[in-house]
Amino acid sequence: MNNPTNCNSCPAHNRENLVKLGVDMTETDYVIALAGNPNVGKSTVFNNLTGLRQHTGNWPGKTVSRAEGAFSFNDKRYKIVDLPGTYSLLSTSTDEEVARNFILFGQPDVTLIVVDATRLERNLNLVLQILEITDRAVLCLNLMDEAKRNNVEIDERALSRELGIPVIPASARRRVGMNEVLAALEDVATGKYVCKPHKIKSHSPKLNHAIETVSAKLNEQFPNLPNLKWVALRLLEGDNSIMEAVRNGELGNLNPNISTTAEVLSYE
Amino acid sequence: MNKQTANDREEILSVVNKARWDLGVNFHDTVIESIYADASKIARKTVHQKGDKEAYSLDIKIDKIVTSRWLGFPLMFLILALVFWITVAGANYPSGLLASLLIDYMHPILKSGAAAIHLPWWLDGVLIDGAYLAMAWVIAVMLPPMAIFFPLFTLMEDLGYLPRVAFNMDNLFRRAGAHGKQALTMSMGFGCNAAGVVAARVIDSPRERLVAIITNNFSLCNGRWPTQILIASIFIGGLVPASFAGIVSAGAVVGVAVLGIFFSLVVSWGLSKSVLKGEASAFSLELPPYRPPRIWQTLYTSLIDRTIFVLWRAIVFAVPAGIVIWVVANVKIDGISLAEHFIDWSNPFAFVFGLNGVILLAYIIAIPANEIVIPTVLMLTVLSSKLAGMGSGTGVMFELDSTADTAAVLKAGGWTLLTGINLMLFSLLHNPCSTTIVTIYKETKSLKWTLVSTFLPIALGLIVCFFTTQIWFLLQ
Repeated sequence: MNNPTNCNSCPAHNRENLVKLGVDMTETDYVIALAGNPNVGKSTVFNNLTGLRQHTGNWPGKTVSRAEGAFSFNDKRYKIVDLPGTYSLLSTSTDEEVARNFILFGQPDVTLIVVDATRLERNLNLVLQILEITDRAVLCLNLMDEAKRNNVEIDERALSRELGIPVIPASARRRVGMNEVLAALEDVATGKYVCKPHKIKSHSPKLNHAIETVSAKLNEQFPNLPNLKWVALRLLEGDNSIMEAVRNGELGNLNPNISTTAEVLSYE
Repeated sequence: MNKQTANDREEILSVVNKARWDLGVNFHDTVIESIYADASKIARKTVHQKGDKEAYSLDIKIDKIVTSRWLGFPLMFLILALVFWITVAGANYPSGLLASLLIDYMHPILKSGAAAIHLPWWLDGVLIDGAYLAMAWVIAVMLPPMAIFFPLFTLMEDLGYLPRVAFNMDNLFRRAGAHGKQALTMSMGFGCNAAGVVAARVIDSPRERLVAIITNNFSLCNGRWPTQILIASIFIGGLVPASFAGIVSAGAVVGVAVLGIFFSLVVSWGLSKSVLKGEASAFSLELPPYRPPRIWQTLYTSLIDRTIFVLWRAIVFAVPAGIVIWVVANVKIDGISLAEHFIDWSNPFAFVFGLNGVILLAYIIAIPANEIVIPTVLMLTVLSSKLAGMGSGTGVMFELDSTADTAAVLKAGGWTLLTGINLMLFSLLHNPCSTTIVTIYKETKSLKWTLVSTFLPIALGLIVCFFTTQIWFLLQ
C-alpha cells in the first residue's frame, strides 16, 4: 500500500519534475500548441510552463510573433508554441490563419486550449472549432479565482464529459493548477488519456454528403493530409487561402514533420 | 510523394465548386450557428451563476466613466499628464545623481588617468570628452525617465486601462483612415519611438502598419521631454510672474504634445488619402476586465525587456556620435573649428526658419540620441559666441546646474522667444533618432519608407517654423 512509486503519479510530487527550459528547444519529444481567445491568460500559462517572461498585453494581437519555449516534465521534453489569441478559426485575419495553420498542419501532439472561466460560453465557440480540427487537446479553465469572485460555478467534470478532453481548473496568475495541466498534457501526449472530442453533429445530410465527396477527392491527391473533413468543409465554405494551397499543391507539402512549422507560421 | 498534377488539383476545386452550388449560400451561417448552438448548450449544462455578478457591474461602472464621450478624453489627458509628471519629477533626482557620479566624479578621474599615461591630446579628447561623455550623458538623462515611465505604462496596460485608451481614440484614427490600434503605438511612442515602431506589429494590415510607423515620430519621446521642459521654462515660463511659471510652462509642453497628436492624425489622414490609399480596417477590441496588476513582475519585465534593451541601443549609437561631436568642435581649418564653419555658413538659412546654425548642427550631429541635443547646443553656443568662463572647456559637452545659467548662455547666444518656440516645434517635428530610423528599416524592410519617415517630419518642421517666423515678424 505504501508503495513509493505511487508518488510519481501524484501531481503534488510532480512539481519537482518540471524543468523550465526557456528557449532551449533541442530534441523535444512532444510539441504543444497553446491556443485561446485574447485576454484569457495564455501568455501567463506559457511563462509559467517555460520560465520565460514573455511580455503580455491586454489587447488582441499582442503576441505578435509566435513565441516558442520549452520545458521538461517527467523526463520528457516538450516544446510549446504560443499562438496568437483569436475568437474564431473561421475568418481570415492573420492571427486566425496562423493559429489555424499551426493546429491543422503543424500537427502538435497536444493543443492546450486556455479559456476564461468567467466567459465560458463565448470561449467555447473557439474550443469547439479547435476540436473539429484536432483530436488531442487539453482545456485549461483559467481565471477560476475571478470566476469565484463573480459567483460563477463551473462543473468541470461535466464539461470534460461534454468536450471529451481533460478539463483543468486553474488560476495561472497565482500558479494554481499548473501541475495538473502538466499531468494532463503528459497523459494526452503519451496516449494514456484518449480524447473523444466533441464534434458538431447538427450538419445537414446534404452538407455531410458534400463533405464526404470532397474529402474522398482530397484523399486521392493528398493522402497524408490530416483531418480531411475539416479541410473539405473549409473548401466548401470558399476559404481562399486553402483553395490556393490546393491549387499550387502546397497542401501536400505540409509535412507532419515539425520542422515545417516555421513556414506554416511565417507571416507575410 | 505527391504525384498529382495541376489538373488533378483543379479537379478537386471543380468538385468543390459544384458541391457549393448544391449547398446554397446560407450554409456558412448554418455551420457557425451550429457551433454557437452547441457551445451554448454545453455552457448551460456546466455553468451556474449564483447570486449577482457584483464585480462585473463595478467594471461596467468604471468603463462608463473612462470611455464616456465627454469624460473619456479629459480623463485620458489627466492620467497621461500625471504619468509624465511622475516621470519628469521623479527622474530629476536619480538623473542628477547619475550625472554627478558619471560626469562630475568619473570624468575628471578618467582625464587625470589619461594624463598620467601620457595619452595624446586628441585620443584623450575623442575617447574621454567625446565617446565617454556622450555615453555618460545618455545614461544619466535617459535611464531614470525610462525606468519610471516604462513600468508605469506597463502597469496601466496590466490594469486594463490601455485598451480603453485605444477604444477612446479608435474613432479619431479611423476617421483619419488609420487603425484604432495606432492609438496604442502612439502612446508607446511617448516613451520611446523605437519601441512604438516595434509595437506597430500589432496592426495586421500592412498599409495601416506603415501609417502607424511613419507617424510615430510625432509622439514626443522621453529624449525630447527634457528639451521641451527646459526651453518652455526658460522662454515661456519667463513671460509670466514666477508663481504661474510652472503651470504655464507645463501647459506649453502639453500643448506641444497635443500638437504632435494632431500632426499624427493629419499626416495619417494625408497618407491614407494619397500614397497609402485604402479603407480603415475594422477590428474587434474586447475591453478586458480590470485586474489588479502584478507589480513585481511588471517591474521586472519592463526593466529588463524594455528599459535595458532600449538603453543599450542608445549607448551603442551615442558613442560614435560623441566622437563626431568632439571632432567637429575640435578639428580646425584656418584656425576655426568645423562646427563654427558650419554655423557661420548655415546661419542665414536657419534665420529664415527662426532657428540658428547652432540648432541645425546640434540636430545633425545629435541624430543618435535626442537626449544630447541640449548639451550639444550649449557647447556649440559657447564655442561660437566665444563666451568666456562657461562650461568645462570649449569643445566639450556640458550642462549647467541651474535653469537661469542656461538661460543666460542661450540669451547671450542671441536666442529670443521666437527661437525658443521654434526650437520646441522643431524638437517635435524633425527626423527620428538613429535608433528609430534603424528600427523603421528593420520593420518595413524598405529604404523608401525609411527615407519618407526620416525626411517628412523635417520638411514639416521647417514649414511650421517658417510660418511661425513670418507671422512673428508680421506682428512685430
